[in-house]
Amino acid sequence: MKKDQPPNETRSVRIFDAEALRRALRRIAHEIIERNRHLDGLVLAGIPARGVALAQRLAADIEAIEKVRVATGVIDVSMHRDDLRQRATLPVVRASELPLPLGERTVVIVDDVLFTGRTCRAALDAIGSFGRPASIQFAVLIDRGHRELPIRPDYVGKNLPTSRIERVRVRLQETDREPDAVWLEKSDETPQALSS
Amino acid sequence: MTVHWTRKDLLGLRELSAEEITLVLETADAFKQVGTREVKKVPALQGKTLINLFIEPSTRTRTSFELAAKRLSADIVNITAAASSLTKGETLKDTAKVLEANHADLIVLRHSSAGAAQFLSTRVRASVINAGDGAHEHPTQGLLDLYTIREKKGAVAGLHVAIIGDILFSRVARSNIFALLKMGARVTLVGPSTLVPREFEQLGAKISHQLDEVLPSADVVNLLRIQHERQRKEYFPGLGEYIRFFGLTKSRAKLLKPDCLIMHPGPINRGVEIDSDLADGPQSVIFDQVTNGLAIRMAVLYLCGGIVTR
Amino acid sequence: MTTLIRNGRIIDPVNGRDEIADLLIVDGRIAPLDQRSTINHQLDEIDAANLIVSPGLIDIHVHLREPGFGWKETIGSGARAAAAGGFTTVVCMPNTSPVADSPSTIAWIKDRAAEVAGIHVLPAGAISKNLAGEELAPIGSLAQAGVVAITDDGHCIQNNELMRRAVEYARMFDLPVLDHCQDYNLVGNGVAHEGYWSTLLGLPGWPGAGEEAIVARNILLAELCDHRIHCQHISAAGSVRLLREARARGLKISGEVCPHHIALTDAAIENFDTDYKMNPPLRTQRDVDALLEGIADGTLDILASDHAPHAKFEKEVEFDAAPFGIVGLETELGLFLDLLVHRHKTVDLPRLIALFTVNPARLLGLESGTLSLGAPADITLIDPALEWTVDVGTFASASRNTPFDSWRLKGRAVRTIVGGKTVWAL
Repeated sequence: MKKDQPPNETRSVRIFDAEALRRALRRIAHEIIERNRHLDGLVLAGIPARGVALAQRLAADIEAIEKVRVATGVIDVSMHRDDLRQRATLPVVRASELPLPLGERTVVIVDDVLFTGRTCRAALDAIGSFGRPASIQFAVLIDRGHRELPIRPDYVGKNLPTSRIERVRVRLQETDREPDAVWLEKSDETPQALSS
Repeated sequence: MTVHWTRKDLLGLRELSAEEITLVLETADAFKQVGTREVKKVPALQGKTLINLFIEPSTRTRTSFELAAKRLSADIVNITAAASSLTKGETLKDTAKVLEANHADLIVLRHSSAGAAQFLSTRVRASVINAGDGAHEHPTQGLLDLYTIREKKGAVAGLHVAIIGDILFSRVARSNIFALLKMGARVTLVGPSTLVPREFEQLGAKISHQLDEVLPSADVVNLLRIQHERQRKEYFPGLGEYIRFFGLTKSRAKLLKPDCLIMHPGPINRGVEIDSDLADGPQSVIFDQVTNGLAIRMAVLYLCGGIVTR
Repeated sequence: MTTLIRNGRIIDPVNGRDEIADLLIVDGRIAPLDQRSTINHQLDEIDAANLIVSPGLIDIHVHLREPGFGWKETIGSGARAAAAGGFTTVVCMPNTSPVADSPSTIAWIKDRAAEVAGIHVLPAGAISKNLAGEELAPIGSLAQAGVVAITDDGHCIQNNELMRRAVEYARMFDLPVLDHCQDYNLVGNGVAHEGYWSTLLGLPGWPGAGEEAIVARNILLAELCDHRIHCQHISAAGSVRLLREARARGLKISGEVCPHHIALTDAAIENFDTDYKMNPPLRTQRDVDALLEGIADGTLDILASDHAPHAKFEKEVEFDAAPFGIVGLETELGLFLDLLVHRHKTVDLPRLIALFTVNPARLLGLESGTLSLGAPADITLIDPALEWTVDVGTFASASRNTPFDSWRLKGRAVRTIVGGKTVWAL
């Protein structure tokens, strides 16, 4: 077995290795800086668990480039989801943390994979319950298509055309104790059972 | 290994594992945060119907459950003993079946009989949350007490918790004993020998009838309400004598460690189980308990109401 | 009519008889075998090989619920349940509606039993009017009407003076007094044995002392009045100790044991199942052991079921609210054979049969309970080794409230004969 093969039997193609992932984030960091002149009004709000880690990394990238520490936060979407009754296990809820008040700020939602758009919608609702930010943007590492809602990301690490039965597997050192990587996996599971 | 919630019902804390208790407490952390938002409401239980079935009167617990349900966007109906058909001779089972026929998803039950929540849970598809059954259990009170201790002390394991008062008739005491011991605390029960019978030692708690000997080593004192008006007169000679031996007076409170928490599930009899000033003092976390109760009940409703049931 | 029971093991404790032999029944009574040669008409034969031929079993503690509670049980359904359990005689308790505290109610029960029972249904009358424990029922008139005992079962006379006068008065009619031993003040609203499980579950406790106090009272009154008092459904270790000492002194005091009090402990109430709610309650292993000891040494010399039928809708309520008791007639012999003879070896078969026959017959002054020549041909055939599974679906009783459904038991009755006629057979 090749060393960089993930430990399961599904056929997988590696999309990002650690270096490619690092570069994609770096590019997103640059784009965020370009689009937002007032970095001190910015909040990078990650969706647990990997979105939180990505938001931290983006903040570090921005700090390395601009020497400005931008605020980060956590948006837990579990209690705002519209598919609770369809899930086999209940998502573990975590406390959301956002700097308040939100009124003058721009919130950038950060997530690992964009699929149907429902997580993002739940995140928009969650943010709304904290207040009314000046604007909300959306950054994702992978956009795999198949939107079910009119939602479009502002920053994308990679557009990855997929079929519904494929599965995108993101692995990050902080959350998974595995080397950074993104895999595209063929799966026999039904589309509903796929994670984002 | 993350533990997942698989229970339709919350009947008591005796049956929960330490991991499940921790999961509820952590879920409550998330819901406590919701209370600080501008919009204190999330759609988690949107479209679900919750019935507050309170066969025994209660204002605090019922209100707390009602607010919790509303913050989760559930539809809620309150039924109290006086308004229920139980006063017309309908059995609890039939009442529950009627509620189920009205598509109730969650039933929060307060009842004077031990085991009533368990009885109901095996007869309806709806989730049953025990809001106090006789002298048996009051799991959400036990959880909110645990949550408050954990919040103020950082952890529960290793702490010495004294529960003082009428243990025999107290469901709060039982739920606290089960949960605290599971989470690694030491528990001492203090009160008159008639209300703290020796059998409680078999549950794993220590027993004392000397309050002054227990207070100096306590990290938490949880004072239970003395319900003298409801109790048979033979359990103790009167409130005067109760206060003399077991009341947390100002002079007794000097024995407490400065960081010892004072808890009370309410409603408080000021001047009986606790001196009025102490109830409002810096060591008192009585009102934190109320706030935390809301978060705990949101967590419990979310967990039991959110799981896929067939 | 003549019947020959062939090759059975005849056990007749009164006569110290235990042998394989034939038993002849002529005109409803036990007849000498040599009378066979004089018989010229049809002779029915019953093969009793490997079976025990026992005097018809007697259960001195059953609730048949009629008049008044026909949805729980009737004299007819209760008697069929008794026959299916191997009983030829039962004593029915007076807590009916109306209470069996008047000659007319006794007459009604007897008439009804004669019409539908097929076995001997012997009524017990109330000690106090309406079982209220306040004034005496017309005990003499009840005796004339045919009661075999008096009892306030389900209730307990708390006033010691009233109880004393009842015992004294009953002596005049040679009526034994059966007592449900429960001190109301000590027991309060108790529903479960006061101990570990009641503490854990927050159920109101029913302490053993609540029974022992009344057993002690009854011992004192049996001595004072020099008359028979029988303590029903003994459940607590202390009661056994008190009875042992009193009987050693020759007092006219006795005690009975029900199957559930030796088959189960209070741990069974863990899930608040009301089929484990009885009065007196299930107690600890220590109590069970004391009961077994009491049976072994003869302190407790009568077995009974306390057959207490309740409808499903009555039992399917909160534990506090549920009525006490379980049906017992159809599981009683199987449980006692299984537990006392096979498992714990507390007694041998002849002793077990004495506990079911001659001992209750002596207490009540009945001529049955023996296979002596000329005795009524009330006979139970028992297969002590037959393994069977309790199935409430097959119960003859109108009620199903038992914790013993699906239990595997060894030993049971296979045929019940009353006055020479088979009233039930497996």
